[in-house]
Amino acid sequence: MRRIKIAIIDYGFGNIKSVINALHYCNAEACVVDSPLRISNFGGTILPGVGAFWPAADFLRLKGFDKAIRDYVNSGKILYGICLGFQLFFTKGYENGNHEGLNLIPGEVKKFKFKDELLKIPHVGWNNVSIKDSLCAKKMFFSIDDKESFYFVHSYYVIPENSLCVSSTCEYGLKFCSSVTYENLWGSQFHPEKSGEKGLKILSNFVNEVSK
Amino acid sequence: MLGIRLIACLDVTNGRVVKGTNFVNLKDAGDPVEVARQYYLDGADEIVFLDITATHEGRNTTIDLVKKIAERVFIPLTVGGGIRTVEDIRNLLNAGADKISLNSSAVKDPEIVKKASDKFGIQCIVIAVDAKKVEKNRWNVFVNGGRIDTGIDAVIWSRKVVELGAGEILLTSMDKDGTKNGYDLELLRAVSSSVEIPVIASGGAGKIEHFSKACESGASAILVASLFHYRELTIEEVKNYLKSKGIFVRIIS
Repeated sequence: MRRIKIAIIDYGFGNIKSVINALHYCNAEACVVDSPLRISNFGGTILPGVGAFWPAADFLRLKGFDKAIRDYVNSGKILYGICLGFQLFFTKGYENGNHEGLNLIPGEVKKFKFKDELLKIPHVGWNNVSIKDSLCAKKMFFSIDDKESFYFVHSYYVIPENSLCVSSTCEYGLKFCSSVTYENLWGSQFHPEKSGEKGLKILSNFVNEVSK
Repeated sequence: MLGIRLIACLDVTNGRVVKGTNFVNLKDAGDPVEVARQYYLDGADEIVFLDITATHEGRNTTIDLVKKIAERVFIPLTVGGGIRTVEDIRNLLNAGADKISLNSSAVKDPEIVKKASDKFGIQCIVIAVDAKKVEKNRWNVFVNGGRIDTGIDAVIWSRKVVELGAGEILLTSMDKDGTKNGYDLELLRAVSSSVEIPVIASGGAGKIEHFSKACESGASAILVASLFHYRELTIEEVKNYLKSKGIFVRIIS
């Protein structure tokens, strides 16, 4: 079988090596893309990223990725955002002031705030997710059991305006949205590339969806 | 629910795991790539690769090994030992490390913590604190493999590295390390209750009970080296034990 090509947007925020390795393991060919012009050549694209919301959002705009990503998504192709890449899907982030995201999904990105000192920030480690009973959720979590654990590392969480896009939730001090599967938009707060065999399964579900 | 992480640590010198010759099903018991892959399959939640090689040639071997491990191990990989510059950090992250652990170099030049976390994000900066008790309720930070007392209070230092941009603290008790008498719970509580970020407990595990005690004393994760290397306990045994104590852990099916 032909190896399907997946674009990984490299905009300088975070370690893309892990995503590349995981995609190779899932029998896909990972193509690192650092120019907005090129993503239209791919049927599936991953927007990775770790770190702070606003410098990443600013950088995407500066490089012209914001428009390219919107055009790409409007053409019906699949985009998967991981961690910060996922947060950038939303309208607004509140890290060091008010900052605009890509606004692909209406919603906000807020910081965890807890009174309980046992709830450490960042939220780091393996947490289990409750998978929504929807057709979209079943695409992302195909052949994965409810309450399976995935690897998280983040201090901010997303609040979508419309809960219909939510494909899983997770609890850490409060219940938050751990993934969305919304038409051709896939996003997860957890890192599938760092979540063992179950995480690899999500990535191969993504690759399969792209090859359909 | 967030699980307690069980982290397997590999001490590597000149491209070989120095502890751990008792693995049964490995072709090469001392090959870090094989050992890391086995820990991954056994259900470790993370891998720490501690480079105890001092030479320059050794460092190139490390980059190469990190690349190979990252291709076959799909859980977080932390690399520590001998990292001095932002360039060192970049090279390791590009090779596939997810986090890097700084120890002596952070004490010598605290600015490196800030520079690195501004550049790569706090999620990849782990600060290793080697602490030794000097009087009641006071532990000092030791560097250079525990040989030099910096005179710095470990609790104050921990707070300081959080301000500088650390994402996690890897706390090793020099008093307990190698004793198998259990973790230094007082030290663990003192540091963990003073910082907002997760603390990884290290040094002193000998019995399975020690793990639950560390969890109850504020550890978000537990680092294990020799116990797993010599198969005195397996990852599965420790996780099943913690689960039986009502502590949430990730069990692989």
